Amino acid sequence: MIDFSPQLVQLLSIDGERMPRPDFDPWVDDLDGSALLALYRDMVVVRRIDTEATALQRQGELGLWPPLLGQEAAQVGSARALRSDDFIFPSYRENAVAYCRGVNLTDIVKVWRGNAQSGWDPYTVNMATPNIIIGAQTLHATGWALGAQRDDIDAVAITYFGDGATSQGDVNEAMVFAASFQAPVVFFCQNNQWAISEPVGVQAHRNIADRAPGFGIPSLRIDGNDVIAVMAATRIALDRARTGDGPTFIEAVTYRMGPHTTADDPTRYRDPAELAEWKTRDPLLRLHRLLTSLGELTPEVEAATQAIADAAAAELRAGCIGMPDPEPLSVFDHVYSTPNATLERQRADYAGYLTSFGTQFDIAEHNGTV
Amino acid sequence: MTMTTLMTATSLPGLDAPKPVPLTETKNLTMGKAINEGLRQAMLDDPKVVLLGEDIGALGGVFRVTSDLLAQFGARRVIDTPLAESAIIGTAVGLAYRGYRPVCEIQFDGFIFPGFDQIVSQVAKFHYRTQGAVRMPITIRVPFGGGIGAAEHHSESPEAYFTHTSGLRVIAVSNAQDAYSLIRQAVASDDPVLYFEPKRRYHVKGEVVPELGAPMEQAVIVSPGTDVTLLTYGALVSTAKDAALAAFDEGISIEVIDLRSLSPVDYAVVEASVRKTGRLVVTHEAAQSGGLGGEIIATITERCFSYLEAAPVRVTGFDVPYPPAKLESHHLPDLDRILDGVDRVMGRR
Repeated sequence: MIDFSPQLVQLLSIDGERMPRPDFDPWVDDLDGSALLALYRDMVVVRRIDTEATALQRQGELGLWPPLLGQEAAQVGSARALRSDDFIFPSYRENAVAYCRGVNLTDIVKVWRGNAQSGWDPYTVNMATPNIIIGAQTLHATGWALGAQRDDIDAVAITYFGDGATSQGDVNEAMVFAASFQAPVVFFCQNNQWAISEPVGVQAHRNIADRAPGFGIPSLRIDGNDVIAVMAATRIALDRARTGDGPTFIEAVTYRMGPHTTADDPTRYRDPAELAEWKTRDPLLRLHRLLTSLGELTPEVEAATQAIADAAAAELRAGCIGMPDPEPLSVFDHVYSTPNATLERQRADYAGYLTSFGTQFDIAEHNGTV
Repeated sequence: MTMTTLMTATSLPGLDAPKPVPLTETKNLTMGKAINEGLRQAMLDDPKVVLLGEDIGALGGVFRVTSDLLAQFGARRVIDTPLAESAIIGTAVGLAYRGYRPVCEIQFDGFIFPGFDQIVSQVAKFHYRTQGAVRMPITIRVPFGGGIGAAEHHSESPEAYFTHTSGLRVIAVSNAQDAYSLIRQAVASDDPVLYFEPKRRYHVKGEVVPELGAPMEQAVIVSPGTDVTLLTYGALVSTAKDAALAAFDEGISIEVIDLRSLSPVDYAVVEASVRKTGRLVVTHEAAQSGGLGGEIIATITERCFSYLEAAPVRVTGFDVPYPPAKLESHHLPDLDRILDGVDRVMGRR
């Protein structure tokens, strides 16, 4: 029996020691040295990608980037617990989840370069593209789960959102609907302590995980920087959903070590001592310690891991910079799935306007990207 | 099933459940019943059609439009939802993601605003956002308009918010036949459709042929004429036809157009009519400023300027919040106000 008490679940200490917990341990007993190493590799790679994307923004190659620095365990641990036919409804910071899902690195930054509103086809990886309206995607996940329920399949919807989103009506409505219909959906809240400049205390007077039971949804409060606890909790929640026990709420307690986005400046509102304190709880550091003590992380393995990460960063950079600008008239594409006379007229008028310049219209020149 | 039976989300209709019988012959039906028949046919046509809304199950909706559908199709497909409009729309998005074709009922026009964000930011944008990968074949049914002596928030005409939103199709029906045909077309559409039902016409009967009829984006000339084009939609189509009869007695020939599709507007039909008549009156219950009438008149003025004999005229609700029931007859365009507008465009006043 899983203990759904509000106590923080931790399976990997800050010092890198595996902490036994009888109700959770069976859910991660397959995590041997190589499995843990694979999780570590993911986390190193996504941190490297994140750093590279931030650099690309600073160099003007991306318009914006929402860093996930500090949240690698929460995202990798949960994403790697999923089955390929489970469907993910993220917010806009789940770039590590997208990476684990196999989304092409260039596609991850496509949105942030401003080339498209969506970087990939959601159906190819069973992951929706970023949703920027805070908390809106939790309803989509719940609806998807209602569909899965009607299709009599055991695939599960998981939705990611932050501590700030828990104040939104949509998130609360999603929990009402999920509970009412016992929908197979997992609510995965990354409490990273900050909603831009507002500390979590502005959103919640108690632990966020305490709310879900009021909706009739069991909740788990876990150390979100502990990849083993994250994976265990997510597997427990997925299993409940698959076997008809309905929704589960997970509060992964983590920390946004960077800014909200590259447009943010946390020095205006955040005590540097807080960041220093959380750095001691770094999700990579403690897994590094565990793997070192297990003898898995030899200098050779470490170097190989870093090489993989650097190669991913190089791929990301090349893909980002090499991305062609969209064709001008594609601004009209896909508003509707069927022809629309009003829109076709605007398209024809604008095409005529562009042609009136007498030369081939150069979108790159127009956008100042040459 | 008894009234007290709690239908769970996964329960199927029992073996003794009444079989849904489609409309197969021409019948005289109320507009509400016509929508009910259209929904039944849509559900028979496609097992992915599901209904979501408040009180749409055992009660059949506050206007009884979904009567008997729960008993016939079961709670997997006719879903009485908790009272949260944003969630009704938002979960429909998720169902659409999974290949479902949800039909949402918003109980009253004025209750749509809690769902506005999901409609405008999600439903309308998904196809564009995902470059066509994710379709949103969602129909949102909205009883709209006044004239029923209702409390606040029960008589509004919010259509312009949605015609201003790219990615949505907007329909307003005026009679039983269109109600039947266009709900079927709306549900079958791969694009999201706001389907406005004029609630003061729910109980008006009309002949319904069980056919799809003309495509929903087509405007229809419901009364041909040569002097003035009178353009409207929803409940006022009936009033406009009355105006055409009354004006005929005074020697004015009015061509009444039932717009049907508010987005996109069928400008081909409107332009042809205005080129013939040279005069345009647009009437709607919604407030004037920023309303659909202004947009249509601007477009027609751009395209048909040299054909116009007089400045086009709007006859609309005033720029006020919907007034209390005892004042609504002053707010709503009626026969006399429409005829007054016709006189103005004819230069008789």
